[in-house]
Amino acid sequence: MFEDLLFQLELGLPQVVLGLVNGAFYALLSLGLAVIFGMLNVINFAHGAQFMMGAFVAWMLLNWVGIGYWPALVVAPLIVGAIGVLLERTMISKLYKLDHLYGLLLTFGLALIIEGVFRNQFGSSGLPYAPPEVLSGPPVDLGFMFLPKYRLWVVVAALAMSLATWLVIEKTRLGAYLRAATENAALVQAFGVNVPRMVTLTYAAGVALAAFAGVLAAPIYSVNPQMGSSLIIVVFAVVVIGGMGSILGSVVTGFGLGLVEGLTKVFYPEASSTVIFVIMAIVLLARPAGLFGRA
Amino acid sequence: MMQDRRSLLKTAAAAALTPALSAVPGRARAQAANTLKIGVLNDQSGVYRDISGPTSVACVRQAIQDSGITARGVNVEVVFADHQNKADVGATIARQWLDRDGVDVIVDVPNSAVALAVNAVVREKNRAYFNSTGATTDLTGAQCSPNTVHWTYDTYMLARSTGGAMVKTGGDSWFFITADYAFGHALERDTTSFVQAAGGKVLGSVKHPLQSTDFSSFLLQAQQSRAKVIGLANAGTDTINSVKQAAEFGVTRRGTKIAVLLMFINDVHSLGLKAAQGLVCTESFYWDLNDRTRAFTSRVKGNLGGNMPAMSHAGCYASVLHYLKAVGDMGVAAAKASGADAVARMKAIPTDDDCFGAGQIRADGRKLHPAYLFEVKSPEESKGPWDYYKVLQTTSAAEAWRPLAEGKCSLIAS
Repeated sequence: MFEDLLFQLELGLPQVVLGLVNGAFYALLSLGLAVIFGMLNVINFAHGAQFMMGAFVAWMLLNWVGIGYWPALVVAPLIVGAIGVLLERTMISKLYKLDHLYGLLLTFGLALIIEGVFRNQFGSSGLPYAPPEVLSGPPVDLGFMFLPKYRLWVVVAALAMSLATWLVIEKTRLGAYLRAATENAALVQAFGVNVPRMVTLTYAAGVALAAFAGVLAAPIYSVNPQMGSSLIIVVFAVVVIGGMGSILGSVVTGFGLGLVEGLTKVFYPEASSTVIFVIMAIVLLARPAGLFGRA
Repeated sequence: MMQDRRSLLKTAAAAALTPALSAVPGRARAQAANTLKIGVLNDQSGVYRDISGPTSVACVRQAIQDSGITARGVNVEVVFADHQNKADVGATIARQWLDRDGVDVIVDVPNSAVALAVNAVVREKNRAYFNSTGATTDLTGAQCSPNTVHWTYDTYMLARSTGGAMVKTGGDSWFFITADYAFGHALERDTTSFVQAAGGKVLGSVKHPLQSTDFSSFLLQAQQSRAKVIGLANAGTDTINSVKQAAEFGVTRRGTKIAVLLMFINDVHSLGLKAAQGLVCTESFYWDLNDRTRAFTSRVKGNLGGNMPAMSHAGCYASVLHYLKAVGDMGVAAAKASGADAVARMKAIPTDDDCFGAGQIRADGRKLHPAYLFEVKSPEESKGPWDYYKVLQTTSAAEAWRPLAEGKCSLIAS
């Protein structure tokens, strides 16, 4: 009996760790979505495409300009964020007064176009991107498993980024403005705060978060045009389960669902792509506002 | 050309919103008697785009040009559509093409699930079907059809060539990481029978959904099984991600071998030689195999947008070329009247093309040619982009394919 349990543990523990690594990506991506939805009330369906762009920009920086992984971690989000500014100014900002559905359709269309352009240019099988020298050596021995250094770094980076975002929004003056602007934009503007610019920058920040996750993902996953669309649906489920717009909710749910998915891969792998949606259905029935959402 | 663009646009619209009707509107109902219409049905936007997609269309056009049939007054039109890897979408497009748009031949069709769905539709409508990129042996076995030629490769040939070679070099215990649909199941089944016949054991397998991104937990399960060989019964980006992450987790450091049961040169290109070096895989065509394959590649290369032809593309070229030869023999009217007759004529005459050399089509629809076991070169060995393979072993046409009697094809009188 005890040995049996030990065996299950030996089998399960590494999966828990791997689940956390995947959860890190879910958390980072849903964080950006939550920020954008919380502040702009826009459901950013282009998020997956922006994640993919982050990875591709990192690849271009390396192969065309010779800029390596570490600078790319900063530069790629800036570039993709700048593209986000452009999109927000020229298109998305026109839709704030309309129903959510319009923003959703616009960003979904944008995602399809962006993916199509990249597919035309780079094909669908993807491009190689090696992890940085420092993190590529032999995997770290955790006692019960070997974990590549790079995966460890992903978890650390994702946690740090989540924490930083939370701090900015909850603890700084800028965050206070942002939160106030979502409650009552006209009043905040009356105090002399440039609300439209703040909204633009918030969108850019959300997009930059997606691109940051993209750069993190580049050495692990194949850098290909559809890498975002295979993640984004799961990430939307994460946001819905966590509670639309809740920062804490998206981070906790991101890691949590990564974990659940990881364990499903051991006990019933065929269901690993569906388990998250089953949870989503249950959560929506029990708590329509999500686990951390305010109804 | 107009028709093409129209069908592409429609398909794109269908892809975006509903997986429903697409392709060409019912305009081309009245077909000129001397016009043949070839429909390339494949993945234009998903994981299998680079191993099929626009490159297959370009290769079909090349075949039409090389056949010289237009000089004899026969018109050949090419249409193409995206089946999105969904069997229902593929079957709907096929039905529409054959019912309304006067398509005579359907070519390519990657993804075994879609391949089998289209197989049934083409047989029902008595047109011709040349599958190049699908892998399931059921096309020439339980579901074989007088209207179908399965050209390029199948799961039996992959299992025999790659699986057989692995067992021979001491890999006698296996664990499979399998794509959870018709293709993966067939590949695992066929490889298992080779492993067991050679005295090896299969310790377990996991089935993952198509287009997974993370394979680390599957790899770890494989590692925990202590199998000597991890067999990847998947394809496209799934294979790329598996190999990439196996390298990352150092799976091979303790002597475990990775058997990539299906890999195309485009996958190697995507992985990069650093990650892919030393892997072995089986293809029936490589652009740099001999003078004829190089000649073919230099003819078609300019139209591929930077991609290179893999065996799947070569199969589209060679099957259409052979079909047009048969059409030249029997006349356009007869070929259009009955797909089964056209295929029967194709079986009656020997094949010969730049990609696969001389060969023939067996009674069950199986095209016979040699299979090559390749090893991926190291970055030092490679002289440049796309110089990726060296031949390890050649399995002759007589040995590479499942024996006729074992397939239980109903066309074969037993």
